[in-house]
Amino acid sequence: MFKTFAKAIQSLSVALLMGLPMASSAQQLSENASIVVESPWARASLGMSRPGGAYLTVRNEGSDQISLIGLRAEISGMASIHETRTNSEGVSIMAPADNIVIPPGGMFALEPGGYHAMLMQLQSPLVEGETFPLTLLFSDGTELEITVPVLGIGARGPEG
Amino acid sequence: MMRVAKIAAIGAAAVFAALFVGWWQVDGPGADSAPGKRSLPLTAMEFSLTDQDGRDVGPETLIGEPSLVFFGFTYCPDVCPTTLSDISGWLDEIGPDAEDLNTVFITVDPDRDTVEAMAEYVSYFHPQIQGWTGLPDQIAAIADGFRATYEKVEGENGEYTMNHTAGVFLFDATGRFVTTIDYHEPREFAVPKIRRAMQNRTERAES
Ligand SMILES: [Cu+2]
Repeated sequence: MFKTFAKAIQSLSVALLMGLPMASSAQQLSENASIVVESPWARASLGMSRPGGAYLTVRNEGSDQISLIGLRAEISGMASIHETRTNSEGVSIMAPADNIVIPPGGMFALEPGGYHAMLMQLQSPLVEGETFPLTLLFSDGTELEITVPVLGIGARGPEG
Repeated sequence: MMRVAKIAAIGAAAVFAALFVGWWQVDGPGADSAPGKRSLPLTAMEFSLTDQDGRDVGPETLIGEPSLVFFGFTYCPDVCPTTLSDISGWLDEIGPDAEDLNTVFITVDPDRDTVEAMAEYVSYFHPQIQGWTGLPDQIAAIADGFRATYEKVEGENGEYTMNHTAGVFLFDATGRFVTTIDYHEPREFAVPKIRRAMQNRTERAES
């Protein structure tokens, strides 16, 4: 109990535990603090007809392996995780990735050119400077809602 | 007298070394593309497209200045905006020297990427980046000349995405293909490659 509390202090996530909004670059934790999400961000969209893309890092601080198995977001009629690969011919291919295994103590990054949160059927545009809630679904039943800040279309990472 | 000869010899050796390095990187074993996959020179291509302002463009639009060309589509959530951001960063880093570099984003999805869509999309990136679209057979013609490929992939609910060649193509001012910058290539490699394409302006004749 004390350890969890100390960790929460350390990661400046007390605000989240108390249900208050928090800064974007800080960590966001699951209830038992075993899953930590860092540096979420999304690119602004041009209107609503194009899919949006979002990125984040998940750390597994628990003692069991977990899998990130899906996403849910009110802002998207169809949210899922995609992987972009470049084949030996230099062709970029995008495909669904629905089971991302994260070992205890491990981390997994959704980042440009690798994995992304694919937000199809946008229900409203992703506007630079705004935020939206995104729920991460894990194999152990954990549903972790995080707040994703929207950066510019030309953003390259969580810092812009 | 001996001293002058020695300096001349060192100078000649340096020139030969520079020539060898150039050959190695451009045509020799250090060249980036597999044989048969090299883009044609722009002078051997025929295509007619439309730029973001509605103007007709073709190979002649590019020849005369070095060029940086990238294929993609505006409905692309990940690789295309990332590459355009990277290109914007490279242009910023090179600064005024890059002002004459033709920098073009060509859509492989002309059904959705109209002139207006391209104009709006490129406006969010470096002002030097142009966006070209056109008739499907003209897009096919330019991709073929570049030895680039693309294909439509149907998803659920009638949505589709495009697989496409993700590398950035560099040509010198004569229209000769110089090299590609692969996706994920760090800036320390990308910027010197662009500078190389810009230097080829005077050093290399059409091959
Ligand atoms: Cu995707």
